[in-house]
Amino acid sequence: MADMIKKATRESYGEALVELAEQYPDFVVLDADLAAATKTGLFKKAYPERFFDCGIAEANMMGIAAGIATTGRRVFASSFAMFAAGRAFEIVRNSIGYPHLHVIIGATHAGISVGEDGATHQCCEDIALMRVIPGMTVINPADDVEAKAAVKAALELDGPVYLRFGRLACPVFNDKSTYRFETGKGITLADGGDLTIIATGLMVYEALKAAEMLKKDGICARVINIHTIKPLDTQLILKAAYETGLIVTAEEHSIIGGLGSAVSEAVCEDYPVPVVKIGVNDVFGHSGPAADLLKEFGLSADNIYTRAKAAFAKKK
Amino acid sequence: MTDAKKKELQRIACKVRLGIIEGVYHAKSGHPGGSLSIADLLTYLYFAKMRIEPQNPKWEDRDRLVLSKGHCAPGLYSVLAQRGYFPEKELQSLRHIGAMLQGHPDMKHIPGVDMSSGSLGQGISAACGMALSGKLSHKDYRVYAILGDGEIEEGQVWEAAMFAGNKGLDNLVAIVDSNGLQIDGTVAEVNSPEPIPDKFAAFGFAVLTLDGHSFDEIERAFDEAEKISGKPVAIVMKTVKGKGVSFMENQVSWHGAAPNKEQYEQAVAELNAALAEIEGGR
Ligand SMILES: Cc1ncc(C[n+]2csc(CCOP(=O)(O)OP(=O)(O)O)c2C)c(N)n1
Repeated sequence: MADMIKKATRESYGEALVELAEQYPDFVVLDADLAAATKTGLFKKAYPERFFDCGIAEANMMGIAAGIATTGRRVFASSFAMFAAGRAFEIVRNSIGYPHLHVIIGATHAGISVGEDGATHQCCEDIALMRVIPGMTVINPADDVEAKAAVKAALELDGPVYLRFGRLACPVFNDKSTYRFETGKGITLADGGDLTIIATGLMVYEALKAAEMLKKDGICARVINIHTIKPLDTQLILKAAYETGLIVTAEEHSIIGGLGSAVSEAVCEDYPVPVVKIGVNDVFGHSGPAADLLKEFGLSADNIYTRAKAAFAKKK
Repeated sequence: MTDAKKKELQRIACKVRLGIIEGVYHAKSGHPGGSLSIADLLTYLYFAKMRIEPQNPKWEDRDRLVLSKGHCAPGLYSVLAQRGYFPEKELQSLRHIGAMLQGHPDMKHIPGVDMSSGSLGQGISAACGMALSGKLSHKDYRVYAILGDGEIEEGQVWEAAMFAGNKGLDNLVAIVDSNGLQIDGTVAEVNSPEPIPDKFAAFGFAVLTLDGHSFDEIERAFDEAEKISGKPVAIVMKTVKGKGVSFMENQVSWHGAAPNKEQYEQAVAELNAALAEIEGGR
């Protein structure tokens, strides 16, 4: 795969808010003193009268978002994933989730690729936390094109939506002219019958690279991009389980509670096959450059390739 | 304070500032602004106030310090290095992969760090817990918590304040670094917590205000704080974010940015000049 343009999905988030502002004149954007980093600052600059800084008070921000949503106005609430999903969890659960309010949580700096800030800021638990809230839609876009499409889709959804964005610039591999986003529908990016790699977020591109490496060894891997972790595309996943008999999941999140867990839950019930979960292995992160950390924590094409190959050997 | 003592503290504070610049420069990231604004405070506490034994960092009768505004770890690490908790050259590997010095304070691995922090608003609660436990075991150690004026927008800070006031934790001193800036702008623009002294007073604190760059005023306030009994103390100190490096002073853009080589050299030159002046006049 040739060198691609790289862009962080938080950048896409900020730009999408600006691009969608005229089409959806009602929505407002909240942030908690991180507008420069979450990129809602782009919207703040373009539409200052529709932007409200809540200060360093994430729990309160979620409550304010809930109140705004009760009036029928669309609202984005933004912070780092750690504080949006973590700090404010119970408010999101009880004031946004329980009344099923249409609040769109724009959470940036998710996962280990936060880098140098270290463990306190590297949120590898947010998918798990948001996924257990009834009625919450959880979307983890893989690149710029998908991220922008997800922001637009979120505006049209009902109920609470959690959008997960990253800090690190990642390859933009989707083609804007042909890409179509459908909430809750996985995208098969490569076909294959030997095994299926199911990935989300920045691991999707790594999965594609791993599939190419496997091909050289004569192993034909199917690659599925699950951008919507909830509601999960169970049908597509079960079909893959049935047709390939082996699943490898890849996510920049704890192996507990995230995509790997969701996929396991789905296949367990109807068509159990081995599920190899690649993610952060129940440990805290630490400081370092994002690229080095991704490698260290096995969030790479190389590790997907190695683990998939080993699992495939056992399958035979 | 005697002139000699003041000079000595000023000299050390300069070295602490140099360590901050050294750390964030080599890390290529980190938070110089709010670290520089508390450099004088940290110097005073670790060199003139706190009952500590750097060779015995887990000594159970030591005074504790919780850096509730944990992003200012470069400031804390630099003063800990100056005080001999670990070698100064550790500062150069701040935030590097595999390094001891994490982006935010990590009590499990860094000698002298009494509490892990980094998520704003949480450190003050832990400080209350330390103070309460000290009282329960009839220990006379004191607990210092350093907060940002942006940080105190977190509701948890006021939950902790209510607890400290209600339990009469007079072994607790909460220090607010009132540098007037956060990330998205001035605290006044973003979500002002002012009037800060009145708020702490309303929660049952004895409140002292001072210039956070005057060792005379700092000493007077901390000595007075020790004499107050029955209530916790809040020290609200007016400071300059980025203090000591001309181009960083009062600039919101230096909240969380590292200097490039040229800026690094200028900062070091300025601080070395200040150091030479202090040492020359000794
Ligand atoms: C709970 C939480 N929310 C957001 C952040 C991100 N953050 C780090 S520093 C900062 C601004 C802090 O401002 P202030 O407390 O005034 O610190 P200072 O100016 O002294 O550096 C923010 C929002 C965080 N670390 N924790």
